[in-house]
Amino acid sequence: MIKAILIFNNHGKPRLSKFYEHYNEDTEQQIIRETFHLVSKRDENVCNFLEGGMLIGGSDYRLIYRHYATLYFVFCVDSSESELGILDLIQVFVETLDKCFENVCELDLIFHVDKVHNILAEMVMGGMVLETNMNEIITQVDSQNKMEKSETFIFQSTRQDR
Amino acid sequence: MPAVSKGDGMRGLAVFISDIRNCKSKEAEIKRINKELANIRSKFKGDKALDGYSKKKYVCKLLFIFLLGHDIDFGHMEAVNLLSSNKYTEKQIGYLFISVLVNSNSELIRLINNAIKNDLSSRNPTFMCLALHCIANVGSREMAEAFASEIPRILVAGDTMDSVKQSAALCLLRLYKTSPDLVLMGEWTSRVVHLLNDQHMGVVTAAISLITCLSQKNPDEFKTCVSLAVSRLSRIVSSASTDLQDYTYYFVPAPWLSCKLLRLLQCYPPPEDGAVKGRLVECLETILNKAQEPPKSKKVQHSNAKNAILFEAISLIIHYDSEPNLLVRACNQLGQFLQHRETNLRYLALESMCTLASSEFSHEAVKTHIETVINALKTERDVSVRQRAADLLYAMCDRSNAKQIVAEMLSYLETADYSIREEMVLKVAILAEKYAVDYSWYVDTILNLIRIAGDYVSEEVWYRVIQIVINRDDVQGYAAKTVFEALQAPACHENMVKVGGYILGEFGNLIAGDPRSSPLVQFNLLHSKFHLCSVPTRALLLSAYIKFINLFPETKATIQEVLRCDSQIRNSDVELQQRAVEYLKLSSIASTDVLATVLEEMPPFPERESSILAKLKKKKGPGAVSVPDLEDGKREGGELNGGGERGPDSAAMSASNASTPSPSADLLGMRSAAPMSAAPTSAGSLLVDVFSEAGPAAPSAAVNDDGFLRDLEPPTETSGLSSELQTPVDSPFNASSRRFVCKNNGVLFENQLLQIGIKSEYRQNLGRMYLFYGNKTSVQFASFTTTVSCPGELQSHILSILRATKPVEPVVEGGAQIQQVLNIECLTDFSEAPLLNIKFRYGGALQNLSLKLPVTINKFFQPTEMTSHDFFQRWKQLSQPQQEAQKIFKANHSMDTEVLKAKLLGLGTALLDDVDPNPENYVCAGVIQTKGQQVGCLLRLEPNGQAQMYRLTLRCSKDSVSLRLCELLAQQF
Repeated sequence: MIKAILIFNNHGKPRLSKFYEHYNEDTEQQIIRETFHLVSKRDENVCNFLEGGMLIGGSDYRLIYRHYATLYFVFCVDSSESELGILDLIQVFVETLDKCFENVCELDLIFHVDKVHNILAEMVMGGMVLETNMNEIITQVDSQNKMEKSETFIFQSTRQDR
Repeated sequence: MPAVSKGDGMRGLAVFISDIRNCKSKEAEIKRINKELANIRSKFKGDKALDGYSKKKYVCKLLFIFLLGHDIDFGHMEAVNLLSSNKYTEKQIGYLFISVLVNSNSELIRLINNAIKNDLSSRNPTFMCLALHCIANVGSREMAEAFASEIPRILVAGDTMDSVKQSAALCLLRLYKTSPDLVLMGEWTSRVVHLLNDQHMGVVTAAISLITCLSQKNPDEFKTCVSLAVSRLSRIVSSASTDLQDYTYYFVPAPWLSCKLLRLLQCYPPPEDGAVKGRLVECLETILNKAQEPPKSKKVQHSNAKNAILFEAISLIIHYDSEPNLLVRACNQLGQFLQHRETNLRYLALESMCTLASSEFSHEAVKTHIETVINALKTERDVSVRQRAADLLYAMCDRSNAKQIVAEMLSYLETADYSIREEMVLKVAILAEKYAVDYSWYVDTILNLIRIAGDYVSEEVWYRVIQIVINRDDVQGYAAKTVFEALQAPACHENMVKVGGYILGEFGNLIAGDPRSSPLVQFNLLHSKFHLCSVPTRALLLSAYIKFINLFPETKATIQEVLRCDSQIRNSDVELQQRAVEYLKLSSIASTDVLATVLEEMPPFPERESSILAKLKKKKGPGAVSVPDLEDGKREGGELNGGGERGPDSAAMSASNASTPSPSADLLGMRSAAPMSAAPTSAGSLLVDVFSEAGPAAPSAAVNDDGFLRDLEPPTETSGLSSELQTPVDSPFNASSRRFVCKNNGVLFENQLLQIGIKSEYRQNLGRMYLFYGNKTSVQFASFTTTVSCPGELQSHILSILRATKPVEPVVEGGAQIQQVLNIECLTDFSEAPLLNIKFRYGGALQNLSLKLPVTINKFFQPTEMTSHDFFQRWKQLSQPQQEAQKIFKANHSMDTEVLKAKLLGLGTALLDDVDPNPENYVCAGVIQTKGQQVGCLLRLEPNGQAQMYRLTLRCSKDSVSLRLCELLAQQF
């Protein structure tokens, strides 16, 4: 089971955090900091797996991560998941984001947190993998976007926005 | 066209985010956030009803603020309101807010449940998916109660859309995890299993997680999934399947699903059906073969996906542990990965090999990679890989390579990362103990460990080396010599000082013959470290000093001076001050006998699970250390644990000094020494008035509960008992009476409820025994009765025994102590002991125990002084063969002169000086007084210090007495 999915940038600023087990807000922030601390001090080209920090459950859990440009994508998983499988899953997630945002960058994640959550929700649900096929995921996201467009188009034109 | 166009977001939100990002300081950011929170709050509270779009915008802002790590304590109600909107965007953002921010015990759950219910029955697949997601994310019990029966229906209904099915499967899994009692699969079981055959791979992907979890919990009900999983796997692996759709990932067909199918199969033993098994083995072979084929793409994703399947296949092969062929192939495959340029693969290969090492088929094959693994430990750049290498070395260790592996691990420790040092230390300590062929190697290893990584050597580790040294007399001299040498280093770790202090305090005498390590040199060496140590270590050293006074009387003056100096006797630390004062007093007022008894060598520790192993288990979880455990069966591991040659009896006997103020205090805190610590403390509170002498108090009867205590049927009468008792009396009962051969006072018995103390005095052929029954609980004992019986012949021998002066009171209040006096008269010599039977009710349960009373023939000794001439004349007179009894036996206790003298005096005879021409020998004389006759007894004890043996000879005017005394005494030394 996936316990948490975290995305943060090279400075440790969280860009997405999704916990599939309940923690209070403070602990969640601490876990993000701890995970950043563990992952960021690692060299490039070392392996992509390491034991979880104390807060997330220690050595019973693995942190599996990938570093893309300015962002770290970290999945915290228990022993029932295949490490390489999760690595592929991260890749699928990132490729999907890339397709949806057209050359995704950190800013996209900042300004479209809700979209990123939606895309992730099409892949992982309650800590379990729902779908691994990128085309399926994108189809779902597309249909949602269409619905959204049809709704927002009507309202947005006349609005004073602040 | 990108799925999300960048321009059409909410402008207000974008502006707010930009503002935050432009903040130059944390303070400015917090200020901006607080301003926004106030704004949103006022909008939510305002009179003007907000439209859906505004609500959505504000909720998005709150989400963003939450992500930055700020508490959000409002907005929940607005989010819940959004759920009932008809617009997808608003509903969606409402659900998002709830899944991120609402925890499972929110009061809003009921409202949320209502909205979910509506959406589930909406027949709009998008809305249904949103609702299912929300349930899976929150997963509260209330939600399970509301939806557990509904969701399986959605899952298996024929007209449910695939995407909804996927969500329903995982939603059900989540509910099953939170509230398994509410999710009743029963009628759905077979239809859920058949989801493995679903047309849509996405459905299979989602369903397999659910099925795996259910199979783990109810393997029998779900076992039909095995054949379905095998056939699905087979279709994927052989690429025969036409339904792969877009699930081929970088030229690998459905890697994720393959992994999951292989995981599911790991919930079950190998399939029994031959056809299924054949098909599966074929699959596994294909996977192994494909791993060897040249890659279809240079992309790392391709090899990742391929190897993900390979590693799962290997896990399954290891799980089955029944196909030697596949196991060896797997091992070879992993061996190739050990030197692969991809760090990830090296990591995983090391990890998988750890499990392979525990299979008997592949253990040897794994061992062939030892050099590579050692090399990995030395050269890997990544600490997590080095850690796996260390784990693997630990797992592949056996008797054949233990020395090499331990040496490598030790040398790695010098440069190891701080994060893994403690664990490494534990592992080295365990391997050293487990595979120690000779104990000097073990001692060397542990001392090296302390030298190299002293800070990471936990208490358990150095306790353990002391336990082992104390329990193995063949290593004591070596240990003393080695610690003495180690302590020579100008700077040595405090743990080394602890071990050194303890071992020299116990066994310093073994190296005192060498002038380079004479008593005074030893003492000065220890004391030179004293001032650099922490309080607990200093306390231990003080105990070592007092032990020195006993071991080496010549150090007494020096040590007393140290104890007397202000920095000790007025130390601001209470513990140190108390030790200094008490030890000083003890050394000046106690006679050498008392000192010798009080400071006797530590008794062997009872053998039990190594405390280090327990610690490693605690640290790593039970699975992590299971590998060497497994080997226990196969190899004759744990040889150090075989304190067997001494057996539990001797442990019980030498417990007689358990309450000495020896360094035991420092070790008693730990589990391994627990049984000894319990008794003396409680003895103090209950029986303090009983003992007139302060000396060796209360041995703990708890050492071996079932040894002394036996629940017998209530004795009907003495006659009926004798035969029954004949057998048990001799073995386990003996232990307690043995302890009282040379002394008259002490604790006869103790358990959780009751403590029985004894004080006795003898004159001529008469004796009086005071029994003290102490109730250790806070509840009264009712119907308390005691009966004393003399089994068999004894009745006529010992006799009038024990007419109790008055019966005991029938009630013993909680915490109270009652006393009983027994009068004893010895009619003629005897060898059995009378039995004391105690019955009482404690909290309704009848307690019944029988004990042997420590009345032995030697209690009726009158000492006889005689000259050398008289002695040998008498000796010659008693020259008939039956009159003499002789035994040669190994020393079980200290052979110290003073200790021996104390014991012989305790026996009741006169100890005759200047009688035996050899001053090393002891001779004693005494007369046993019975009613009918007097039996003269002469005793000679010849110790041989070098061989640690004794020869004991007894000559008595009555042959049965010679035999009995010889038997009794041989157990005392």
